[in-house]
This record gives sequence, C-alpha cells and structure tokens, in this order.
Amino acid sequence: MADRPPAEGDRTAAKAGDNRPTLSLHVPEPKFRPGDTVDFSHIEVPEAGAQPRPDETTDPKDMRDFAYGLIRVLGDDHKAHGPWDPKLDPETLRTMLGHMAMTRAFDERMFRGQRQGKTSFYMKCTGEEATSVSASMALAGDDMIFPSYRQQGILIQRGYPMIEMINQIYSNKGDKLKGRQLPIMYSSREHSFFSISGNLATQTPQAVGWAMASAIKGDSRIAATWVGEGSTAEGDFHSACLFATVYNAPVIFNVVNNQWAISSFSGFAGAERATFAARGLGYGIASLRVDGNDPLACYAAEQWAANRARANAGPTVIEFFSYRAEGHSTSDDPSGYRSAQERDEWPLGDPVMRLKNHLIAIGEWDEERQQAMDLEAAEYVKKTTKEAEANGILGHGLHHPFRTMFEDVFEELPWHLQEQAEQAIRERETKFPGGLDL
Amino acid sequence: MSTATKTTETAATGSERRLNMIEAINEALDISMAKDPDVVVMGEDVGYFGGVFRCTAGLQEKYGKTRVFDTPISECGIIAVAVGMGAYGLRPVPEIQFADYIYPGLDQLISEAARLRYRSAGEYIAPMTVRSPFGGGIFGGQTHSQSPEAIFAHVAGLKTVIPATPYDAKGLLISAIEDNDPVIFFEPKRIYNGPFSGYYDKPVQPWKKFDASIVPEGHYKIPLGKARLATEGEELTIIAYGTMVHVVEAVCAEKGVEADIIDLRTIVPLDIETIEASVKKTGRCLIVHEATRTAGFGAELSALVTERCFYHLEAPVERVTGFDTPYPHSLEWAYFPGPVRIGEALDKILSE
Repeated sequence: MADRPPAEGDRTAAKAGDNRPTLSLHVPEPKFRPGDTVDFSHIEVPEAGAQPRPDETTDPKDMRDFAYGLIRVLGDDHKAHGPWDPKLDPETLRTMLGHMAMTRAFDERMFRGQRQGKTSFYMKCTGEEATSVSASMALAGDDMIFPSYRQQGILIQRGYPMIEMINQIYSNKGDKLKGRQLPIMYSSREHSFFSISGNLATQTPQAVGWAMASAIKGDSRIAATWVGEGSTAEGDFHSACLFATVYNAPVIFNVVNNQWAISSFSGFAGAERATFAARGLGYGIASLRVDGNDPLACYAAEQWAANRARANAGPTVIEFFSYRAEGHSTSDDPSGYRSAQERDEWPLGDPVMRLKNHLIAIGEWDEERQQAMDLEAAEYVKKTTKEAEANGILGHGLHHPFRTMFEDVFEELPWHLQEQAEQAIRERETKFPGGLDL
Repeated sequence: MSTATKTTETAATGSERRLNMIEAINEALDISMAKDPDVVVMGEDVGYFGGVFRCTAGLQEKYGKTRVFDTPISECGIIAVAVGMGAYGLRPVPEIQFADYIYPGLDQLISEAARLRYRSAGEYIAPMTVRSPFGGGIFGGQTHSQSPEAIFAHVAGLKTVIPATPYDAKGLLISAIEDNDPVIFFEPKRIYNGPFSGYYDKPVQPWKKFDASIVPEGHYKIPLGKARLATEGEELTIIAYGTMVHVVEAVCAEKGVEADIIDLRTIVPLDIETIEASVKKTGRCLIVHEATRTAGFGAELSALVTERCFYHLEAPVERVTGFDTPYPHSLEWAYFPGPVRIGEALDKILSE
C-alpha cells in the first residue's frame, strides 16, 4: 500500500497554507420525501394554446424555445386551444379514450395478478397513458416502434391481441416468446413493435439504425422510440441523437419524463440544469417539450414530428412532461422514497380524466357512458385473463417444452448446445420420472 | 480428419491469382455487396478513404454513399445502428477500426445482437458481421494489439471467426455475411500482408510467396465451424488460429517437429470433431494463442481436450499464450508468444 495516494485527511491538513476556495459536491435531492407537504408551484404551466406551432421543416436553431416551453392544448375549461389543436373528430377522441381506459384496466388487473402470485413482475403506466396511446395514434400503423418497457398502451392501440400480452406476462405455454423474457417485455413484428430489451436506452440507437435502413431503401416508414428521462443518461441515447442528426434519420425520440427512475428523481438525470428536450438542441435536433398528460398535445407533437421525418426534414426529440402515478414496478413501494401527496398535487392532472372531461365539454360524452366503458374494459380484461390462465400461470408447469430453451440461440443448433439440451432433458427425466411434458 | 479441409486442396480449384489478406477481404465485401443489395458497410474511415487498413477501398465509389459510409467515432452507435438495420432486413457489415475499440459496443453486442433472436423467439434477428483487426506484433501498444476473442466466445448467441490466410479470409467473410446470426470477424492484422514466422527481426515474406494466397475469383464460402489442417503429423496436435498458426508452423519446421496443426478458423462454433480425432491420433496437445492466458480460449480448449481425449493423452495438455499483462509497447516481443516460448512447450510435451 506504499503507493497509495494521500488520504482525504492528509489533503485537508495540507489546506492550511492553500488560499484556493474549498470545493463541495452537489448531490441532487428531490423537493419532497415521504411525509412532506407537496407544493408544485415551482413548475411553470403555461396557458393551453399559448404556444405557436412552427412549420414541420423549421430549422432547429430557430426552435430553441420549444425545448424549454410546454406545448399544451387542453385548458382548465376542458376545451382545446391554439395552433397545436389536432382537431380530431369526436369518434377518434372516443377511440383514444377507449384505448387509454383499456390500458388502465389492463394495468389494474395485471398488477393484481402479480400480487396474487400469477407472475413474477409487472409495470403499470398509470398517468402516462397519453404518452403511448395518443402519440402512437399519430403514427401510421406500420411505422416502427422501438419501445421501452412502459408502452403497453401502444400495443393496445395497435390492436395486439390482449391474450398474447397476458400469455407473455404469465410466461405460459401460450407465450409466443416461449417464456424467455421477463413479464411485459413484449415483441410483435406483425404490429411493427420491436422486442423490448430490458436494458435501458439500447433501443434508441437501434431505432436510428432502422430509420437509416428505411431511408437507404427509399421506404416511406419512419421509426419512433420511447425512453424514460432517467435512461437518457445512458451513452446509447447520446449515440442515438448523434447518429440521427448526422444522417438526418427519420426517427422520433419520445422521452417520457415521469419524474422518477425507481427511487431516483429526475435530478439524477440532469433535470436540475436543463429540460430533457434541450438535449436534442445540442445535436441540432428539433426539440419539443410537451404536456404529457394532455392527450391532444401528445398527439399533435407526435404528428408534427412524424410529418417532419416523412418530409426528410430530420429527427425530433419530444419530452413528454408527465408523472409516474404508481411505483416503478411491482418490486418497489414508492411510499418509501417520495411523498404520497405528489400524485394528487401534480399540476398537469390525469390524462384519462382530461380527455374524458374534454369530450363531455364538447357534448360528445357523459359520465354514464364513461362508467359503461370502464366496466366494459374491466370485463374484457377479466375475460381475457381467464382465457390466458387456461394456458397456465408462471411456475405452475404449463410452460414451453424443455428443448425450446436451446432453440434460437443460433439459427441452427450447434453441437455444444445439442449436448447441453440432451443433458437438460436427462435431468428432467431424473427429477420427474415419467412425468411432465418434455 | 473427416471435417477439416486442406488449403492446398481447395485453392487448387481456382485460378492462380494471388492476393494478400486485405485484398481478399476487400473482394469478399465487393462480391457480397454485388450479390445482395441489402449488404451495407459502415465504420470509422471506411468510406471515401477506404479504411485505415484499406479493406474497404473502392467500395464507396462502386456502391455509393448510402451503402458504404463513414460513421461517428461511437462504437456503441455503430453496433446499435447495425442491430436496427438488421431488424429492418439489411445485412450490415460494420467495421470496428481496432478490436481494442470494440468495448464501448459490447452491451449492444452482448445484450442486444447476441440475444435478439432468442428473446424475440425468432421475430427479429441481427444478421451482422462485425469486422475488426485484432492481435499484436505491429508495435501498436496496449490499445492497438489486443486479442479479445475469449470475451465473445463466452457470449451465447455470437459466432467468432478468425481467418489465417487470404483464401480463408475471403471464404469465411462471405459465409459470415450470409449467416443469419451475428458474427465477430477478427482479422489478424499482423498477417494482413504476409504470414508471420514469429521472428520480428526477419523481413516479412509477402503472401504472394505462399499458396494460401491463391484466391479464386468469384463467390465461394468456407463453412463456419470447420477447421483447417494446416499441416499433418503424428507427433502432436497443435491448436491455433490467426497469426499463431503461422508462428507454430515456422517453429515446427525449424525444429523438425511433425504436427497436426489445426487452424480453427472459427472458435464458436468449434470444430470439435477435428480436434478430437487429431488428439486421439497423436496423444499430445499444445494450444497456442496470442491472447492473455487466464480464462483465455485456450482454457476452454484444454478443458474440452481433457474431457474428451483424456485416456488417449500421453502428456498433459499445454498452453502457450500471451502473458496476463496489458500488451506492452517497447517489450512487445517479450510479451509475444514466439518461437522460444513455443519451442520450450514443444520440448516439454514431446519429452513426456
């Protein structure tokens, strides 16, 4: 240990004759912890409709303010305001509300299923439904989605069969991913929905690669990726932004700022110094900061970015400013690290309620129909859950055959995996002589 | 010996053109790009300039800037973008300028490319070939000399290919590009221009003086997972790949040792049949690689030989490797597993 550098004490002692100022380390701390009274008055919430809407081909250097403002359409009067109003017809708005309600009903039931021991893990998107459902509705159905792990709303919006989602969550014999992935790590090529990794932000540069390929081939489809504000800290996100701007890739980066990364608040991803939308500016990427709990604003921003990408005008970073109303997953208890008042005090409200109230305000909806829709969604999820349970739940033996463990490592089974597969089957026969399906 | 092929046999089928390894690699890329419009080449300096080792020379001019292009200095980005392109349906061939630079791309290789087929149950694949010059002996210091093949061999879902001759480099690279799994293609840069005897102070003999540089025109493939018997002999089996194949050949010739020298060509998948047949014939096995020793691929080979051929062995399996230090600059030739270290191991294993 002779070469060890001087310890802290030595340095402090040496400071006596040193007239340089003492340094101190800043460690971010969220404003509120459990038990604290929550006051979100520091969050600037501009009037709905106050933001101008630039042309989709605008040079990013002329759009700086959009990375620091907040695009909002739905006002406190529940009416749509300003140039970002996408002017969707009532039927489309009801469809959007329906997908959001279905997503919420699905989350409720799956969360409960995990608590009942039917699976190992689940993640809700409560409060963030607009960032997936509304945004996805602004894309073409064959635009390619590179999701993070909280975009179940996109699959529901795209009509992916719910039973496939539940089979995957239960890792049962009906799971087309063969029980290989942690619950909610879906994949559906048919629905242009990329396989969810579980490693964070890795999908963002992959989306750029897909978008580059689409441009290389003279295709018309664009790519859109979702990432949490916490995960923008990963190098992958920065590689993604760089490649996107260098090759002017037709890609949309949707950064869902839900304020929390498990127990770490957004300050640990840099939120104390800049907005997440502002990250795009340094790369020369058009950047929009959007009220993520305003379904119409989410739709409008995504539509703007999609138009831009399709016009070969380049990528867009969208920050959806939102709030994670529930825990990160079934594995954490948010009451242990943040104030329970935050959810109620959140100044941007709840996306489902805001869209519902908007439809009521324009005379296209009412509480009775809302209740009926919620009930119908809950019943549909319940019925589909029962159907999925017929294929088994996690740990109850109804999984894919043993040999499938060795498939798809490579296109063809090499000798060493063949030998290991034979070993696994031998072990199974020893453990369950004449028993379970091999 | 059923599965191994001999260079002299296969090369005889083509014309008598002689290429060095760079030219052979360039030709493999050219042929692959001409054959399949979905093949794209990208990497640092690979476009207009044609690569720092010239492996991609002329390709941008021939196939255009959207199929052969320079990239930012971001190995993470290069590999990730290739994953996305593969998901789209392209067949990307990214170049990582030196294997020593591949580490920022490891997460995208290990967690993404290698597992995409598995985790999506075949919905998405990553049919990329990551080309990268590797190995030392060129005074590259610790950041231009490493042999990290064992890291990739350890990852389920990656194939790792290491050619040792121009003929093999072309046929293996075409196979790698046409393969539907991600392939790490390490090019031993010490032997780009000519095989290496292990004597750094002797002049390099150009490839043109060796039959392994006879490269047929047009498309041909060497299957991944089939070793090559570089020489045949009864005294012992030597397992090597890349540069070290030529070093052990030279040492054996010098010492008059008659060995089965197995050039693995691919370490995953591994040609275990050829290894087993040879060791059971000779009863002695020496494993030689340039990479660091501890947990190197030689450890895996030694274990496999011991597990499968134990009752045929006349002597313990020996390993000759680089030392477990970073690759030193000034003491490169003290580090390199050259003729002295190999000679000592041969004397030991043959005297048992």
